[in-house]
Amino acid sequence: MAIKIAQLSCGTEYSGVQSEIEHAAQTVGGKMVYPDVAYDDIAAAVDEFGFDPASPQLKLMIARAKALADGHYDADAVFISSCFRCAEGALVRNEVRKYIQEHTRLPVVTYSFTERMKSAQLLTRMEALVTIVEKKELLARERQVGLTAGIDSGSSTTKAMIIQDNKIIGKAWMPTGEVFGTAMEVLNKAMEEAGVRQEQLEGIGVTGYGRFLIGKKLNANLIQEELTVNSKGAVWLADRQKGEATIIDIGGMDNKAITVRDGIPDNFTMGGICAGASGRFMEMVSKRLRVDINDLGALADKGDWRKVNMNSYCSIFGIQDLVTSLAAGNTVEDVAAAACHSVAEQVYEQQLQEIDVRQPIIQVGGTSLISGLVTAVGDMVGSHPIIPPNSQYIGAAGAGLLASGFLEGI
Amino acid sequence: MKVFMVPLNSLILYDLIERFGHEPLSLMSEMRDRVVNAEIEAPPLNLTPEDVKVGLNYAGIEIPSGIRGRMSIWGPLLDKAEAAIIMHDMPYTYGCVGCHRSNTLLNHMVRKKDIPLLEVHYPNDDDEAKILVARVKAFLEGLNGN
Repeated sequence: MAIKIAQLSCGTEYSGVQSEIEHAAQTVGGKMVYPDVAYDDIAAAVDEFGFDPASPQLKLMIARAKALADGHYDADAVFISSCFRCAEGALVRNEVRKYIQEHTRLPVVTYSFTERMKSAQLLTRMEALVTIVEKKELLARERQVGLTAGIDSGSSTTKAMIIQDNKIIGKAWMPTGEVFGTAMEVLNKAMEEAGVRQEQLEGIGVTGYGRFLIGKKLNANLIQEELTVNSKGAVWLADRQKGEATIIDIGGMDNKAITVRDGIPDNFTMGGICAGASGRFMEMVSKRLRVDINDLGALADKGDWRKVNMNSYCSIFGIQDLVTSLAAGNTVEDVAAAACHSVAEQVYEQQLQEIDVRQPIIQVGGTSLISGLVTAVGDMVGSHPIIPPNSQYIGAAGAGLLASGFLEGI
Repeated sequence: MKVFMVPLNSLILYDLIERFGHEPLSLMSEMRDRVVNAEIEAPPLNLTPEDVKVGLNYAGIEIPSGIRGRMSIWGPLLDKAEAAIIMHDMPYTYGCVGCHRSNTLLNHMVRKKDIPLLEVHYPNDDDEAKILVARVKAFLEGLNGN
């Protein structure tokens, strides 16, 4: 039976994106549903909620949220959405999200759209919602068993990890080129390090942008979006399987902020509109400063971001700020620090406002190796993030861990 | 005359405008055309992202897409209008259950247009309703002399 995703939204029909939302849900085995509310209940719901928006559709959104919270309507997950750039919609969206999380245990995702939104942009989010509901037992897995491989085909790099009896025995990464070819290359390297052959592998898990292609060709046991896989990998690597945490992954193309409870995600945001807040921007900065990306973090740690004005959402304008700052005589250390601060600030402003940040913060992904960026994120959230060992391999680790769930029939 | 009305799907105003010999410019007829048009596959309103671009003629790119989508339908209707009636203070379920910002923008655009305009308030009782009908009637009859 299809997973019921309750839609609490404003503006989707008139933005021409409603059919895209429904298509995305159907593609991953979900079904959008719309909680029924009686006309007389709307005013009472708004009154009890304590936020009275002027727009009637937002009032309806609140009443639908209350119907879910009161158990008058049955759903498995919640999708909360409103128009990008609408202040009233953003306020209600955020308050409704908090309300749902306070009153239910339903997984939630929020999204602000424009008319350009296509179902493909929602697929990962919808797939994650469906996975959290459908594969709760698999996601509860805390130990890896047997001999498995995990592959994470990311937008910038492809990673592979070989795990045996809960221990990492091989790993490799390289920049993503041709998707399947790169995946095979890193898998072979990781297997070589582990001293195993492909036919010995008892399970394979694949995540990331290239998951469908690679998973199909390798006949993988698990082909899964990166939101749930990365969160599992993060808590496993950080040894934080119990309790709450927030996972921040500043990726090459998009950023993820995921809150977890006992290792299972319950709220997440995934951004990717502006490249000024991406790992790719860090690469551009290191190239322009003519330093190796591995040295960028240490360089930033020596600088003072306050001396440089850099806060553009756009990577091109960000580089323009960088060029201007260098021309004005700023040091490369200060510029590197400003670049890290700019990315952290945008992640804080754009994404961490969409979730309730829970301590501890676990920062993962390739960018978590840039110490200056970790420092900047720590300054934003008020505590230094935990960087688990092999933090750049979380996707591969999570895929390998979850793939082992199939060996024991979950 | 072609008479525009706010809210655009008011059955009361539609009936009065038609009854007094004018042509109501209504959302209902616009939406009907879209919903029965089998060539478009974008339920429930059959409004596509291309339509939303039409809204750019009335609201800039920095305006939320939901407002531009509404303006893509409302705007061309307003362009045809030769007179208009705006109803204020109606219950939120009267007319289009939608976006207050869009309604505010629409009212402003109607006022800016140099056409005969009547602004009335939603009646709270029978006496106010009778006054409302009388005012609308007088306005519509007056248009005939223009």
